Amino acid sequence: MARYILTRLLLMLPTLLGVAVLTFLLLRVVPGDVVTLKYSGEGAYVPRETIEAERERLGLNQPLWKQFVDWVWGVARLDFGTSMWTGRPIAQEIAIRFQLSLQLAIMATLIAVLLALPLGTLAALKQDTWVDYAIRVFSIAGLATPSFWLGIVLILFLLILFRWSPPVTFTPLFEDPLANLSLLIWPALAVGYRYSAVATRMTRSTLLEVLREDYIRTARAKGLRERAVVVRHGLRNALLPVVTVIGLEFAFLIGGLVVTEQVFNLNGLGKLMVEAISRRDYTLTQALTMLGAAVYVVVNFIIDIVYVLLDPRVSYS
Amino acid sequence: MRDAAAVAAIEKPIGARPTALGAIGVFARRRPLGALGAAIVLGLALAALLAPIIAPYDPLETDFLAQLQPPSAAHLLGADQFGRDVLSRLLYGARTALLVGFCSAFIGATLGALLGVCSAYFGGRVDLLLQRVLEIFLSFPLIVLALAVVAVLGTGIVNVILAITVSITPQVARVIRASALQVRAMPFIESARAVGAGPLRIMLLHMLPNVLAPYLILLTAFLGQAILLEASLSFLGLGVAEPTPAWGLMLRGAGVQFAERAPWLALAPGLAISITVFGFNVFGDALRDALDPRLRVV
Repeated sequence: MARYILTRLLLMLPTLLGVAVLTFLLLRVVPGDVVTLKYSGEGAYVPRETIEAERERLGLNQPLWKQFVDWVWGVARLDFGTSMWTGRPIAQEIAIRFQLSLQLAIMATLIAVLLALPLGTLAALKQDTWVDYAIRVFSIAGLATPSFWLGIVLILFLLILFRWSPPVTFTPLFEDPLANLSLLIWPALAVGYRYSAVATRMTRSTLLEVLREDYIRTARAKGLRERAVVVRHGLRNALLPVVTVIGLEFAFLIGGLVVTEQVFNLNGLGKLMVEAISRRDYTLTQALTMLGAAVYVVVNFIIDIVYVLLDPRVSYS
Repeated sequence: MRDAAAVAAIEKPIGARPTALGAIGVFARRRPLGALGAAIVLGLALAALLAPIIAPYDPLETDFLAQLQPPSAAHLLGADQFGRDVLSRLLYGARTALLVGFCSAFIGATLGALLGVCSAYFGGRVDLLLQRVLEIFLSFPLIVLALAVVAVLGTGIVNVILAITVSITPQVARVIRASALQVRAMPFIESARAVGAGPLRIMLLHMLPNVLAPYLILLTAFLGQAILLEASLSFLGLGVAEPTPAWGLMLRGAGVQFAERAPWLALAPGLAISITVFGFNVFGDALRDALDPRLRVV
């Protein structure tokens, strides 16, 4: 068991390194330079010496490998450097927005799980009845509806019917729970609906497969109550792929909600990523990409651990 | 004495091959949702093809007297802030959506399938390397990948197609690789090698046709995704440029700005996107159910 965990931990490193190298190289290949964008972006005239001096200061003139080593060495010491655009430490820039994105992700996941598990189970148990069709239409609609459009519709709905719009600024949860929740519940609903759709479909299809297995028939033949059969034997085995799907979607929610944040005017990681890319802010983009990759890798790791806990066969592989 | 007509109706010749029309009828009856999806897809295709004929106005034609008009006899779905007819823009937007969707999904799925098959066939180091590279691409959310490509190449319809293709290919490659691995283990591959078939021949002639089912399913699934991605990119202003009619662009113009005065501006394109992606998803689902023997409802 310990060996399994250790191997999984070690396998994370090459992926992270690969992401680091790839992001680093890709950014340098992209035309456009943070210095020129920052100083002469508006068409202002800036003397060449200023631009060169700024480049020197940011370390952009050094050979590529040196820049890379410097950066990796900094990351190893958990020093992500400063943003090339604002000059503020990156850890600070990210921390403010990470709180919001994390809370949104958690809320959306909660909504998704609360919707998906019961609906998916119900749809599987009543396959091909109108209940099944209704749930399937509901979940496919969740997949089809662009979540940003759903957000717009929600805001419109609130504006027109209740003459109320969500607060504009973000207050942390423990400072003022009401203001915090009244801001975040709407994007959480919009995102959670789509998220639940994926999970519902997965639950339904895996439960359908599991319920056809022989051990389910045995359990029923033994005389177990239907509920025990479905929950204890059926769901427990069907949950594995569902956990994977939920985990992966969660990883995407951190930093992937670019458009939703635009619609709800949230100051989150997605918005930061767009700004960083369009401003060619190398250090910030790299830090954000590493964060995204790290979240993805950690989530995968957690999923693997959950696998081992749920399915005893896995640890011996 | 049995009625001759009834007998004839009951006894179909055993060797009779199902006609195309008959197969469609069976499909429609057995999987009503799938039939609905197919109908939506067909309707969309027709709308896109016949747009120049059925659109009441030129989508680019502005009419400042008709700004922000609610739905009326003159403008069936209202007019936007430049006085352009929403219905016409919707119909022409279907062209953009289908064009971008089809191109990027088709190229992405085919490339992904080729990569997956290659990875599965060669195995060993090639597979491991490809896996790691794919995982790196997979750790980015789809939209961030697409954004990055657009940031590099600029906006415009070709770049959008490219961006969405880049997002789709790794996902398809991962799934097809799993199926291809199963095919690889089959004896006819081994016998092909024994006979002396080269890797290219085996991959193209033997492995690819056997992953056709997951390929088709992924194609339809990612068609919907591609259309959504295109809408998202256009909404952010990083997709097709104005004044090309595109559903995402229409939402961008309509967003929160005109929310109170003209709510129909936001509803129409959003509904169009939702119904389209819904149709593709449902059709793809029915296709998958039809092609997967395990889930067949007996």
